[in-house]
Amino acid sequence: MAEYQNIFTRVQVRGPAYVGVPLARGSSPRDGKPNFAYILGWLGDAQIGPVYLGWLGIISLIFGFAAFEIIGLNMLASVNWDPVQFIRQLPWLALEPPSPAYGLQIPPLAEGGWWLLAGLFLTVSILLWWARTYRRARQLGLGTHVPWAFAAAIWLYLVLGFFRPLLMGSWSEAVPFGIFPHLDWTAAFSLRYGNLFYNPFHMLSIVFLYGSTLLFAMHGATILAAGRFGAEREVEQVIDRGTAHERCAIFWRWTMGFNATFESVHRWLWWFAVLCPLTGGIGILLTGTVVDNWYLWGVKHGIAPAYPEVFRAMPDPLLAPGAAQ
Amino acid sequence: MSFSLKLGAVLAGLLGLAVILLTFERPPVETVQTGFRGVALGNIANPRLQPALAAANQLPPMIPRVPSVGPRAGQAYRNVQVLGELGVAEFARTMAAMTAWVSPQQGCNYCHNPANMASDEVYTKVVARRMLQMVARINAEWKPHVLETGVTCYTCHRGNPVPLNVWSENTGPMRGEGFSASSNGQNLASPVVGDSSLPYDPFSRYLDQAVNIRVQTPDPLPAGNSQGIKDAEFTYGLMMHFSQALGVNCTTCHNSRAFSAWDQSAPQRTNAWHGIRMVRDINHNFIDPLQPLWAANPNGPPGGPQRARLGAHEDPLKVNCTTCHQGVNKPLNGVSMLRDYPELTRITNIDAPPPVRQ
Repeated sequence: MAEYQNIFTRVQVRGPAYVGVPLARGSSPRDGKPNFAYILGWLGDAQIGPVYLGWLGIISLIFGFAAFEIIGLNMLASVNWDPVQFIRQLPWLALEPPSPAYGLQIPPLAEGGWWLLAGLFLTVSILLWWARTYRRARQLGLGTHVPWAFAAAIWLYLVLGFFRPLLMGSWSEAVPFGIFPHLDWTAAFSLRYGNLFYNPFHMLSIVFLYGSTLLFAMHGATILAAGRFGAEREVEQVIDRGTAHERCAIFWRWTMGFNATFESVHRWLWWFAVLCPLTGGIGILLTGTVVDNWYLWGVKHGIAPAYPEVFRAMPDPLLAPGAAQ
Repeated sequence: MSFSLKLGAVLAGLLGLAVILLTFERPPVETVQTGFRGVALGNIANPRLQPALAAANQLPPMIPRVPSVGPRAGQAYRNVQVLGELGVAEFARTMAAMTAWVSPQQGCNYCHNPANMASDEVYTKVVARRMLQMVARINAEWKPHVLETGVTCYTCHRGNPVPLNVWSENTGPMRGEGFSASSNGQNLASPVVGDSSLPYDPFSRYLDQAVNIRVQTPDPLPAGNSQGIKDAEFTYGLMMHFSQALGVNCTTCHNSRAFSAWDQSAPQRTNAWHGIRMVRDINHNFIDPLQPLWAANPNGPPGGPQRARLGAHEDPLKVNCTTCHQGVNKPLNGVSMLRDYPELTRITNIDAPPPVRQ
């Protein structure tokens, strides 16, 4: 019984290294001599490489490295080039976007120019990497589901750092590059725009985020639970009775009356995952451009209830008669 | 399980334990609900930490009261500019109290030339006079914040010639020069804002300059509000300071679903609003004008504790919430010390422009 209750892949089948299907004409050669890593085999396939890099991959990595260096070196400068402070304070450090005074102008490097440059390089890198995933999917004769899922994440990234600042007329509305600073930015964003929780697209995004984790847990658990019957061999099981597949299906039908199929569960997962950044991006894009105070918007449209007063209501002291002198 | 796996598990467990122990406060944490159910308005406190906090904010022993009889100090002594209405016994009691509160180690000579007590030659005497006027101003004009509890010298000083919790303009530590990116006064671990990466000098903006803390639009749709996210970060930084200074959480004052809504806020928020104006009044009208005296004596009087009297930018050390509150929402646990020292309220010559309440 304990045979199936394991954390790692227990059986590593190892044949000769396989470099993959033949490449189409005009493709670059694959890089790296394949080898095997037993420990990585616990988590996934033990064969490492070869990698298909191609010119899209190489240029993407170069731009990504440039953005990484701009961000990292400016962080290092912000602690006066002190490597110890750099490591200690790394989670707090950031490359900050320009101040509101610059609007959409290109500021000097020290005043946010580096931020624009890092953003440009990172965006080029990400878009090239997207093209690479698309090309690789096509080369293998696959559908383009992975690139489009990736595009959903890129949409949110571009809304936060490019589309929304453009509509707001100020780079200062964009997110800093930094670990804690981008979280503080998120909190300040919600505070400035009157509580993002009343933004219906934010609500949808949360539904799809939490929904994704729920579906992922259900699917992962179902397949692992039926691993003793070979549930990982999905396709060859669907036409027979008593297989892992049918037990999984019956489990959910008994539990909740309805079951996804081995195919449709992945469609559920893909759409939940993709809709999370898609709806979230719409919510961000509307914030400050179309709606400026989500709480008051919620009051106006009847989604924010009023509660009985517990305190003696205090007027705004700035407007209170006799207060402003 | 192999030995290396077990070792890895133990190490990961220890690391996780260290993160948990060093990140979180040890329970219990008690919440007292103050608003309607469901809106999460309340005060959060750890009863394990409360006794130590209460003990650190006790009143000093009271000097026995004296009757207001005999000649007035202004007639009996020379150069008594603000306490002249007191009887000589009251005057002596006030002087003794100030010494005990502000310069217990240095004694009378911290401010006075012992050969000529009336002389203003020791600059700290001039500072002390201005501070007496400040105390009178707070107790007379800032009742919306200090109520009838009032303040004395001890509320801030606590036996130190320079109060321990003060601030000065902070443009950050030394950083790379040339064209490296500026970080807009934020993005360093700063205890001022609760070890967050929020702007580390929210004080210059809100407690020295009179910038309003109003980032939200009072209308659902865009209505020409030019406040941006960076402004929100500054206000957030100041609020982190409030929270730490008073040992309270956001929901002591605010209904977190609508931070700006006055009609859903606790009355404490109105009190804090007046407190912000009070601190600006203190800094503008009582601390800042003394800057030349401190510039002339940047490390204090010769006999006193060697401590910088000015900040890095030659500005004086100013007041924020912690200066008085020191971790409790009511300074000195809300006990009125002023009631025992009514002499401090009998200063009539405050000599400052009228307070600004907007």
